[in-house]
Amino acid sequence: MHEILAYKSPSLLADIPSHYCPGCHHGTIHKLVAQCLQELELGDDTICVGSIGCSVFIYNYILLDTVEAPHGRAPAVATGVKRSRPDKFVFTYQGDGDLASIGLAEIMHAANRGEKISVVFVNNTVYGMTGGQMAPTTMIGQKTTTCPGGRCSDREGLPMKMAEIMAGLGGVSYSARVAVNNIKNFKKAKKTLKQVFEIQKSGKGFGFIEFLASCPTNWKMTSTDANDRLKKEMIPFFPLGVFKDLQGESK
Amino acid sequence: MSRVVFREERCKGCLLCAQVCPTEILVQSERFNKKGYKVVCVKNGDMEGCKGCAFCAEICPDEAIIVYRTKKNSEDSDNLEEAHG
Amino acid sequence: MARIFIKGNVAIARGALDAGCKCYFGYPITPQNDIPEFMSRAMPEAGGEFVQAESEVAAANMLLGAAACGIRAMTSSSSPGMSLKQEAISYMAGSELPGVIVNMNRGGPGLGDIGPSQGDYFQAVKGGGHGDYRTLVLAPGTVQEAYDLTFLAFELAFAYRNPVLILGDAIIGQMQEPITPSKPLAVDPFEGGSWRLEGARQREARILKSLHLTDGALAGHNLKLQEKYKRAEKEVRFEEFMTDDASLIIVAYGSIGRIVKSTIRKLRKEGYKAGLIRPVTLYPFPSQILKSLAEQGKKFLTIEHNMGQMVEDVRLSICGLAHSAFHGQLPGNLPTPNDFEQPIINALRS
Repeated sequence: MHEILAYKSPSLLADIPSHYCPGCHHGTIHKLVAQCLQELELGDDTICVGSIGCSVFIYNYILLDTVEAPHGRAPAVATGVKRSRPDKFVFTYQGDGDLASIGLAEIMHAANRGEKISVVFVNNTVYGMTGGQMAPTTMIGQKTTTCPGGRCSDREGLPMKMAEIMAGLGGVSYSARVAVNNIKNFKKAKKTLKQVFEIQKSGKGFGFIEFLASCPTNWKMTSTDANDRLKKEMIPFFPLGVFKDLQGESK
Repeated sequence: MSRVVFREERCKGCLLCAQVCPTEILVQSERFNKKGYKVVCVKNGDMEGCKGCAFCAEICPDEAIIVYRTKKNSEDSDNLEEAHG
Repeated sequence: MARIFIKGNVAIARGALDAGCKCYFGYPITPQNDIPEFMSRAMPEAGGEFVQAESEVAAANMLLGAAACGIRAMTSSSSPGMSLKQEAISYMAGSELPGVIVNMNRGGPGLGDIGPSQGDYFQAVKGGGHGDYRTLVLAPGTVQEAYDLTFLAFELAFAYRNPVLILGDAIIGQMQEPITPSKPLAVDPFEGGSWRLEGARQREARILKSLHLTDGALAGHNLKLQEKYKRAEKEVRFEEFMTDDASLIIVAYGSIGRIVKSTIRKLRKEGYKAGLIRPVTLYPFPSQILKSLAEQGKKFLTIEHNMGQMVEDVRLSICGLAHSAFHGQLPGNLPTPNDFEQPIINALRS
């Protein structure tokens, strides 16, 4: 009878408290990113391109050389980084306002050029950092501070399904959507993220992974209720799965 | 039996761990940490239910949970390290 | 090196190539299209990267990314495109990143025209983006200078870890002249030293950012930037032409400065004693020389191809010591030497 440590925090994660709200999935996703980079032995050669949003402080939490991109411009900054240092591993970490709203042109064209970068896209249906405004992925009927009556399609259109949109672009090698609202999805998400990073590591082009995430504070819910909402409302509209995989190995 | 230890100063009382615990032994305690979060604890301090699966530690967004698994038999556990005190 | 007959735009692109530029990010806009066109061949041939971005916004942010890795990189555009790049330029200044940005100024505001203009002086020199920042601004008046100043732009960008602007216009871009190119530089690709990003291998991670939220952090950062801009004042460059015996000093830069020189030569033959100060660096601005000339009792006339922008800096420099007139060639009208004769004569007489 002896004890072993059943879980070890990835060393790429700084051992400091985070500013994220209770139950925010950014923390969970940071952990997965750190784990995958470590398991693929990429940490030493990785350049992280951060974005503007709640995760703007990613460089405090994941110990990587990081450049801060202006709001929405991370895919363009990452293009510059990867083009100037093709021998480095380059990924962006962006929220839904950053990527699908102000930065939509940048993500579409970086993807369609097939830039050899990875994009970690965290979709929590609101602008978190600025206090819960409507985002391009806000659900129909979802109340936010800028659609207080609930998003309605004839005025604000429908939530954008980025993983599917990315899959429709010729330049994209891999596009998938995952979630971390329960252990099953969490483990699947890790496998998928590792696959996305593997695509870049082996030089096979542009990889995209969309994480459905909760924002308890701005959804005005407890963290566990937010997880339920993610499961009952978001996943039916934003199905999980792999939408494109040129290599097909992961089938 | 296995056991779980909480780094209470890191816990934000979000209870995502409680939601994934297969034996549902985790609940919100009545204690506040320095930041004013009511931290998580094991229901009635009864560690018996802990299987050492570490789901709680994995899902925790704040790295606030340490899990020690007691190895009764020789089940292999890849990349898990010897507990050191 | 043998002389070559080359267009201004191409001279800038060739200058960047010879100065060791390894990445170019561009977007089509008249009158600077020769630059991305040249680079689309030259960069791959030199083992570098050419990207035609989806917008000037994206191109400027690609520049930011390459600069973060300490690689010599450049983007170019013209007035409307420059407006789109201002956010990235402010971020580069805030994050202290070296990059070269070329603006071949065209008529404005709005769509304006595709002819020459100097209507972007304020944007270039005072900073078109947000916050207290400066970029060094170089203003070529000849195709040779367009080539040479591109070398200088990269040198200054890395020396001060700051974006550097080359402010030309449609005249400089579209005209062809013989130039003598320099020997291509063998640039240490990793001149970015200890600040550039390359992956934190057994060392502290490096972070290039402009966000400073902790108490006093942004204040301290702004002081540090201002000290840098003070240090950069010694990089001032200007051409002095026939100023010793002149009673009127004309201040004009770029293509206009050059046209004014022809007018001065003509008027000198008719006994009019006019001279020229042609700023080559618009920031740092040549205030000292203007002040000393003002102290010698000279009068001033600023001639620009806009409605009056640099004239404010001239007046600031001579701070009331002397009379300072202005003549603006209207954007949309192509300037010729004799356009400036009467304004100079009037200023001499006033």
